[in-house]
Amino acid sequence: MHAPSALPSPPAVSVRNLTKRFGDFVAVDNVSFDVSQGEIFGFLGANGAGKTTTIRMLTGLLKPSSGEGTVGGWDVNREYEKIKTRIGYMSQRFSLYDDLKVRENLLFFGGIYGLSSQKIRERVKELDGSLNLLEMENRRTVSLPLGFKQRLALACAILHKPPILFLDEPTGGVDPIARRYFWDLISELAASGTTVFVTTHYMDEAEYCHRLSIMDKGRIVEMDSPFAIKKKYGMTSIQDIFIQLVDR
Amino acid sequence: MINSRLMPLIRKEFIHIRRDPRSLLILFLMPLLMMFIFGYAIDMDLKHIRIGICDLSRTPASRDLIETLSASPYFNIVVRYSDPRKTESLFTRRIARAALIIPADFARRLAGSPESPIGVIADGTDANSATLVQNYLENVFVSQSLSMSSNGSGMPIRIKARMLYNPDMVSAHFVVPGIVALLLIMIGALLTSVTIAREKETGTMEQILVSPIKPYEVVLGKAIPYLILAFVIAVFILIFGRLWFEVPMLGSWSTLLLFCVFYVFTALAIGMLISTLVATQQVAMMLSLVGTLLPSVMLSGFVFPVASMPLPLQVVSKIIPATHFLVIIRGIMLKGNGPMELWPSFLAMTGVGVFFISLAVKRFRMKLK
Repeated sequence: MHAPSALPSPPAVSVRNLTKRFGDFVAVDNVSFDVSQGEIFGFLGANGAGKTTTIRMLTGLLKPSSGEGTVGGWDVNREYEKIKTRIGYMSQRFSLYDDLKVRENLLFFGGIYGLSSQKIRERVKELDGSLNLLEMENRRTVSLPLGFKQRLALACAILHKPPILFLDEPTGGVDPIARRYFWDLISELAASGTTVFVTTHYMDEAEYCHRLSIMDKGRIVEMDSPFAIKKKYGMTSIQDIFIQLVDR
Repeated sequence: MINSRLMPLIRKEFIHIRRDPRSLLILFLMPLLMMFIFGYAIDMDLKHIRIGICDLSRTPASRDLIETLSASPYFNIVVRYSDPRKTESLFTRRIARAALIIPADFARRLAGSPESPIGVIADGTDANSATLVQNYLENVFVSQSLSMSSNGSGMPIRIKARMLYNPDMVSAHFVVPGIVALLLIMIGALLTSVTIAREKETGTMEQILVSPIKPYEVVLGKAIPYLILAFVIAVFILIFGRLWFEVPMLGSWSTLLLFCVFYVFTALAIGMLISTLVATQQVAMMLSLVGTLLPSVMLSGFVFPVASMPLPLQVVSKIIPATHFLVIIRGIMLKGNGPMELWPSFLAMTGVGVFFISLAVKRFRMKLK
């Protein structure tokens, strides 16, 4: 009965018929998908398509109206407290404390995951090669450039080495170079085994994802690798496909 | 384990407080300002009441009486007139609050009997002041007629007006403890509700909620720092009230401070509850001010005695924490009460606090579902 090592690793995220209703409004409508470990799974959709609501259900911030799912092997309906120890979350607003210094933000967000300040320091040094946070660690967050804030928010989300990382529109408002750099970081993380669940409405970013799921009005209307999707529709740009799908 | 996750929350909150010296300054200056305004302006003694005098007697006796009145700090004689029928126009034109009509036979009747009828007419649109005017005048006449009838034998009888009328209500000693109660409930509720609303606005609350931290830890992480801050403010305004307004302290400081901690806790509980109802700092601020100040001023017994309210309002006053804390702080400072006399108020106050905080935690949990 127990021979897990012989089986392929279970999906990091697995969702069946997940639904969220707010009164009469169905924000997420019968959504099903699996995300494998180490995969970059992109959620594409217009504003209000249900991306953020889906993420909020998977991170334990919202209770699903119906349907089921697991994150890191834990049930989203019952074991959301356990899920929280396995995930990192970065919201579209880079939720940091503006009046705190860079170092203080890191100590705080590491601290609420139970990390000691010494562990946090070690981890920040480890991340510094790619995130370059130490050079400005004594600056107040409010005065940082947006690209730096974005890297800081990412650092805060991965200090505790979560196997699954949720990114909700992580590149909003950031300049193209910083965006490019950010996606390189995400690819590195995925290569080292972190599962990345990311939402975006920048179509060019879709190319960085291993697999895409296009959402419209709470439903998944297309899901495959960017290459396969382009092949299926005979188009070269995800943007054109997206517009065609969503307009229908 | 609790400590290792709670400490970052508490430490962070203190950094917020330290980084915002302007708000901190307001937190300490606002109570001072309110103490001055309430302590001096809401002086419940009436002084310099404008009166008109119609002297029909025109005798040395009547002039003596007028002399006494004009020397009193309670009255300003603003008009003298000779036609008693003009009295009403004094009130309609807001020239005077009260009028005194000394009858033509005043001196004769004063000599004949100890009772000399004098007409006192007061403006009844402000019922409180009218009653006080009447009482003051009566008091002045009692001492005046007594000193006159003793007829120069040299022993004018002094009667202290303060002792006669509302012995407690009149002094800052009664008002200042009330202001302490008012300020603490307001500051406590304001601090917590605004800081939680700010975290909602910036999204950091969400960031905290996706971490494995427990809801009660989030609540404690907010409550402990602001309990400490509000307590420091409490000590500050108590010392100020004691030194500046010389409010007596007949009871024990340690009892008062201990009860203060529980009162501040109740204030924080209200702030927590408000923060679960609102999404922005602005609304949190408005709701905290209106929700604490209004009931605390009107219904706690700060200005109007609870016993003279209609029954439904008396019931409402029981769930206002300031009602109970007023009994406690006035009891300790002015009467020298100890825990033995005050435990019913203490239990009621803490009960209200526990009620509010459990409502807040319940709503907090619901939000996540």
